[in-house]
Amino acid sequence: MISEVALDSLLLQSLGHQIVERALSLGASDAEVVAIEGEEFHVKVRLGQVEQLVESGSRGIGLRVFCAAKDGQRTASTSTSDFSEEGITRLISGAVELSKITGADPFAGLPEREDFGSLPVDDLALYFDDVNHIAPTERIDLARRCEAASLGYDTRIQNTSGADCEVSTSHRVIVNSRGFSGEYRRSYCGFSVSPIAHDTTGGMQRDYWYSSARTAQLLEEPEAIGRIAAQRALRRLGARRVPTQQCSVVFPAEVARGLLSNLLSAADGDAVYRNASMFAGKLGEQVAGENITMVDDGTMVFDRELPNGSTIRVGGFGTSPFDGDGLRTRRTVVIERGVLKEYLLNTYTGRKLNMPSNAKASRGISSAPGIGGGNYFLQPGELTHDEIVSDVKSGLYVLSTMGFGVNLVTGDYSQGVSGLWIENGELTHAVEEITIAGNLKDMFRNVAAIGNDLEFRGSGAVPTVRIEGMTIAGS
Amino acid sequence: MAAVSTPVSLPAYDHKRYFFDKLGLSERLLERCLGEALSAGGEFADLYFEAVTSSSLGMDEGIVKTASQGISVGCGVRVISGERTGFAYTDDLSAERLLKAARTAALIASGPQTERVQGFTHTNTPQLYPVTGVSADAEISSKLKLIARADRAARAFDSRIVQVRASLNDELRRILVAASDGTFASDTQPLARLNVLVIAKDSENTARGTSGGGGRVTLDFFSGDKSPEHYAREAARTAILQLGAIAAPAGDMEVVLGPGWPGVLLHEAVGHGLEADFNRKKTSAFSGLIGQQVASSKVTVVDNGTMPGRRGSLNVDDEGNQTQETVLIENGILRGYLSDKLSSRLMNMPNTGSGRRESYQAIPMPRMTNTYMLAGEDQPEDIIRSVKRGLYAVNFGGGQVDITNGKFVFSASEAYLIEDGKVTAPVKGATLVGNGPEALKYVSMVGNDLALDEGIGTCGKAGQSVPVGVGMPTIKLDRMTVGGTGR
Repeated sequence: MISEVALDSLLLQSLGHQIVERALSLGASDAEVVAIEGEEFHVKVRLGQVEQLVESGSRGIGLRVFCAAKDGQRTASTSTSDFSEEGITRLISGAVELSKITGADPFAGLPEREDFGSLPVDDLALYFDDVNHIAPTERIDLARRCEAASLGYDTRIQNTSGADCEVSTSHRVIVNSRGFSGEYRRSYCGFSVSPIAHDTTGGMQRDYWYSSARTAQLLEEPEAIGRIAAQRALRRLGARRVPTQQCSVVFPAEVARGLLSNLLSAADGDAVYRNASMFAGKLGEQVAGENITMVDDGTMVFDRELPNGSTIRVGGFGTSPFDGDGLRTRRTVVIERGVLKEYLLNTYTGRKLNMPSNAKASRGISSAPGIGGGNYFLQPGELTHDEIVSDVKSGLYVLSTMGFGVNLVTGDYSQGVSGLWIENGELTHAVEEITIAGNLKDMFRNVAAIGNDLEFRGSGAVPTVRIEGMTIAGS
Repeated sequence: MAAVSTPVSLPAYDHKRYFFDKLGLSERLLERCLGEALSAGGEFADLYFEAVTSSSLGMDEGIVKTASQGISVGCGVRVISGERTGFAYTDDLSAERLLKAARTAALIASGPQTERVQGFTHTNTPQLYPVTGVSADAEISSKLKLIARADRAARAFDSRIVQVRASLNDELRRILVAASDGTFASDTQPLARLNVLVIAKDSENTARGTSGGGGRVTLDFFSGDKSPEHYAREAARTAILQLGAIAAPAGDMEVVLGPGWPGVLLHEAVGHGLEADFNRKKTSAFSGLIGQQVASSKVTVVDNGTMPGRRGSLNVDDEGNQTQETVLIENGILRGYLSDKLSSRLMNMPNTGSGRRESYQAIPMPRMTNTYMLAGEDQPEDIIRSVKRGLYAVNFGGGQVDITNGKFVFSASEAYLIEDGKVTAPVKGATLVGNGPEALKYVSMVGNDLALDEGIGTCGKAGQSVPVGVGMPTIKLDRMTVGGTGR
């Protein structure tokens, strides 16, 4: 997969500089360009046959302009996929014109010159060319082998929603009128399978498992992934409801990750300055139990062991040299022993809260930067996963949550759940069609156990946790 | 609201001219690309051209803080060979790049060319919506007035409203579909949405409220009942209400759902499970249930893409077929699935014009348009009065379904207790959970007050988002699980 687009990419920075210059000449007092290009390959295999094959590249460019006014700056954003002279002209004049109708905002504006920075891109190991050298037939084969392992695992697995293999690369450039200019590339490869298990009564359950990496060298064995996916689907069979009650709830790592990420969402500077977060005005206060330390770190590079025993350095999925404002990424302890230490801030929200940005700006092409963390994790504890489960007399082990019942303003939490029932420390039958509910403020104070099973499978990692005092609604 | 679809009276509009005159396409070029796409033995190929201009204006803390515009143009080339789909896209519409994308997609098949490109038959396009939408630059000052009015009205509602964000988002999407089976269709699809988000705060609590609406409409839409003040008051009212809400109850109980947006129940409980692709692959809890009782006999559910001006409506789907009204459940009996070209061919069933895609970068699949339950005969007051102890849910945040086991959730954002036939205390948000093929069997009363939602729905499936509508009259479910923390 190549290359005409990749060659063009050498021109992206100079295109960015040109656009910034032209915006200034049209009257903007500051301008910032973000250009993104990417190539993607995706194959879906189902029951051994290729079902979909997608291969393409795309690119886009976004411009943000500022116009100084008496009491602040006016700002507007434009974006386009049209790189023709006409398209670029429209991008620039559109932004400058549009900025005239916005209101002057004393907090708007690019970061100050001295605030810009970047980690050395080459040290971060974000791009591995080897993903491009996985031959198309091999990519199809990864998906096929993964699915075959699921189908061959148990006679109760006769169907799947398919197995996918994806390979993608992306290139991002940011250039602005205050002297910042930066770019980096990232690579990704991964595969997954979603087997469907069925029982004698006609009930069906689906689950999935996956492997993903920045380099082909770190992809796991597809057969192992297929078998895990099969086990995950099978253990959901025979699910039934349980009565309404209060009990212990165990969130294994891959579910705990979503639950604990709510802590970071509540620390989002944008929500905080708007009073739209339960953490607004709580800096320095105890917002969680003393066993909770949560870190957001956009700088992580891991040493990973290869099958041959050697190690390789590879950047995390949330790692980048600079944020969407052009500030050097960093490690931020958001909650330390339950005390809220920092919000997640970009330049704008930092100014609103009268604090320096901690480089959490996330920037798409179509609008001004929002807030987005890098890699995040919960400081692990001492207990093993099995010890946490075996301590439970009677409780719920969550396999997945569903719904939109998380209110970060009030902390109210209510989600649909599928899981396993724990009886005398043992996982017994599957449960479904129930909800769990509580308030995040109480839940994070009532984390009774934290596991030692911290593993980065994506940009976030949270070990197994057990929370007391939640309400199950069921029969 | 009656489920009728009288096309609005507008002068005929040639949607394809934009692509031919402005982007330099020609029928000759489309034929060449389709020929190239079939060159490796594919049975079917289509080209989907899309040009979208979008704009967004946001008033925040009393000032116009955000303004953005975007342009996206591209083409997706799809080739089908048996059950296999090859796909490639390009954002460069030069002949060279289009032919390259066609050659890439063609490789899903491997053999000599077997099919020829049929002569194009131009699909008649109905006129369910205006072709201009609200995107004209001249209207920017009118748009600013709308969000400023929303901002003022929300702040004026109550002194406890401490934050207001009002935004107006709109887009104009032009599409052209040309396929090797002779399909040739084009459309111009406006879409607008006005949104208000507020935060209310008193000495003890903080709460949020949102409201919004729109459709495939011009700015005039917001000058009638659906004014900025209407949405602003609605957002402010729900936020203030939530300040005093008590814990929602937990467990199985009688549930009354109000009219309109609570129809998201249908979207999750049955709609997704009836999309043909899931049923072809036998991965849906509804697989093989056609002709069977899946709801109480009072329940009739349709999907209707032909309602003028509605957010989920389309003159033609993204495969160039006219949309239609499709009966999904009739008097409780499962009647049909929603299908696209691929699934109708493979399953040997009618194409319901339900092939939709998020953009030119995505492969079409069967999707809903506007999904709603037909009105019944009960008076809404009688429905409430019949409940001894239960929940009355009138607004929802969103929903989700696992189509394989049929379990779905939807999250109430405005709900009340019903005690002895009377609506009493407002309760905090809670998720309701149920089982798709079972839940609607508990429908015991259906109101005469069918309403569609305000025009805010966006449906996600396999990573693709498309605008949809939902609707429902007031209904009573004899049993549903409410996921609160209270008694």
